[in-house]
Amino acid sequence: MFDNIKILYHQGKQFIPNVKTVEVPGIFRGRPVISTLPVDEQAIKSVCPLGAIDTNPVRLNLGKCNFCGECALKFPDKIKFTKDYKLSSNTLEGLIVTEGEDKPITINESLIRPEIRKFFSGSLKLRQVSAAGDNSCELELNASGNVQFDMVRFGVEFVASPRHADGVVITGPISQNMAAALQITYDAIPEPKIIILAGVDAISGGIFANSPALDRSFIDRYKPDLYISGNPVHPLAVINGILGLLGK
Amino acid sequence: MNYNVAIRNNQSIPVKDIPEQSYHTFLESNIGLLKDRDDRHCVNYFGYGIGESVKLFCCIADDSMHLIYVSSCMINKGATLNSFAKHNFAFEKFEREINENFGIKYTDHPWFKPVRYAHNRIEKSKIMDNYPFYGVDSEELHEVGVGPVHAGIIEPGHFRFICNGEQIMHLEIQLGYQHRGVEQLFLQKKSLLERTILAESIVGDTTVGHTTAFANLWESLSDYQADKDLQFTRTLALELERIAIHTGDLSAMCTDIAYQLGSSVFGRLRTPIINYMQEWCGNRLAKSLIRVGKTNFPYTEYHAKRLNEVFVAYEPDFNEMITKLFKLPSALSRFERTGVVTHEEVKLIGTVGMAARMSGLNRDIRLSHPHNLYSTINHEPIIKNHGDVYSRAQIRKEEVKQSIGYVKALINDIPAFTSLSEPELKPRPEMFALSLVEGWRGEICHCAITNNKGELALYKIKDPSFHNWLALAQSVRNNEISDFPICNKSFNLSYCGHDL
Repeated sequence: MFDNIKILYHQGKQFIPNVKTVEVPGIFRGRPVISTLPVDEQAIKSVCPLGAIDTNPVRLNLGKCNFCGECALKFPDKIKFTKDYKLSSNTLEGLIVTEGEDKPITINESLIRPEIRKFFSGSLKLRQVSAAGDNSCELELNASGNVQFDMVRFGVEFVASPRHADGVVITGPISQNMAAALQITYDAIPEPKIIILAGVDAISGGIFANSPALDRSFIDRYKPDLYISGNPVHPLAVINGILGLLGK
Repeated sequence: MNYNVAIRNNQSIPVKDIPEQSYHTFLESNIGLLKDRDDRHCVNYFGYGIGESVKLFCCIADDSMHLIYVSSCMINKGATLNSFAKHNFAFEKFEREINENFGIKYTDHPWFKPVRYAHNRIEKSKIMDNYPFYGVDSEELHEVGVGPVHAGIIEPGHFRFICNGEQIMHLEIQLGYQHRGVEQLFLQKKSLLERTILAESIVGDTTVGHTTAFANLWESLSDYQADKDLQFTRTLALELERIAIHTGDLSAMCTDIAYQLGSSVFGRLRTPIINYMQEWCGNRLAKSLIRVGKTNFPYTEYHAKRLNEVFVAYEPDFNEMITKLFKLPSALSRFERTGVVTHEEVKLIGTVGMAARMSGLNRDIRLSHPHNLYSTINHEPIIKNHGDVYSRAQIRKEEVKQSIGYVKALINDIPAFTSLSEPELKPRPEMFALSLVEGWRGEICHCAITNNKGELALYKIKDPSFHNWLALAQSVRNNEISDFPICNKSFNLSYCGHDL
């Protein structure tokens, strides 16, 4: 028993006290800012391997962005990635960063279905479905619940059965082979229920967007309540996104 | 007569130099190469569609000679052949894949089933819902179906158990849910950056492993010798990935035996390692770190200092926890003699990586076909002999310590970083290239063929999980069904790496 206590003591305090303000280590590529400097529009557009950059004005769509950082390397004066990990919105438009605008990615409060905050602000149980995800977003969603990020402290938790869940978190570009299982899982969740898309693959298909092996009709049938950007999603992006949706 | 041509890891050769044999000779010579030779195994066997024909390529690695024997054979689509698998069971999955992609039939295949229900499969009538499960007609046995959606944050796959009460008689694993058409996308995507990002997304928990295989292969195809800084980056990142994922796996194994202290401590110990990756390249899973012919993230003395600081904090806590875990009777009683796969079985199945080394089968590309800086590391694979959950836990424990040693030695001698801009690379026409990398799960094999314009004509990926899934199915036989989670987690195989 004493060695257990010793081990516990040696861990110190692991949890992040404030998940909204903590600074992430290193050179994390989070929300980009785009300057108003003139730029070769064709060149900047073609540098993005995922077609996430549009021009006139220059915009970067974080629903398509892989966060590879190639644009910032090629055009360091035009695009910079900040360490801002708040990368979630409830609309696809909310994920678009426009040149000259250095403002946080936010959730459009007026578009949140009223039942979401009414029912789930105290407790939100989620069922995760990996629909052809590459196990990177899955790994980070797991990490959101570890002793450091500790998402459970906010009453947000992943559960084993869709019957116990209030919503579904989808990762991956949604393969044909997984489309039916995703629908069955969603159908098994009692109303009211929410849909969260985690990661660029889920939001837009990412690098797999044009693959003939996908079936993304689920996304056309239902309106997602939250888009969390990243490749993979950072645990702090997940937690802040969900807290934002719940108004916590 | 030369039945095949021998190449080294990451070597490219003209396709015309690969001997083309009659099917009879092709079968006899390759099976002959493998007969009674534990130091040889097939690293890839696949078809390349050319009009109405299929050219089969068989690549046999010889671990003692550090060579890979390559041979080929042209057959017609829809042909009926004698199987390799009847003579050497490790070919069973390869031949099932060739059937799925090209409609080749086999007269004597022992386990003829779909592989992953690829979107471009020949027989579209074969669908996920009518997978031909093995069944037992008995009033006394029952079946348990689990998945594709599992009770956790985990990728999808379907597990069908046949049980006698609590005891598992048989497990069959149906995969394919994760199929994204990766190999075809390699041909569709035209820019190198798109393909590199695709390589990073084959298996997200093995980003470094698969991207290194792609980068090594592409440089070989383009006859480009990467400088020492790139070799250093890839070797260092591979070992850091191993430390991080092994630590996380130990956490997950503790979770599955309901040992919460171990679960929490190992879980939190993974964080500083992947956070270090973020300090180095901006991404916790090292996406964006490995690039062909260049690096965007030069490694400096500052990085080395930081990594030493990370280890100073990590090592005492890891050592304390792992010592406790391996002394704890309740943990050991769940680990020992659970989920056994024997030496004979792993040889038959053809497992690689940890799933081979757990049962006394020495398969480690770092030693047998060294790539990047591994030829400068005097690598000694960690070999265990019991083939149980305990062996798999021991391998992780010892490999974490071994990798930390390698990493510390590497960062003592940081090369000058010169590869900061992208070289002009053009793959040579009509070439065949093969790249082997020892990822944390085991051997990753990428193969490519270019056409007469130097464009990619075929890209073929084999993840270590391709064979190892069958070892998991074998491991749970005669175990209680309640031990399935710990068996599964102790292998921690990839669904997306298998389904591609």
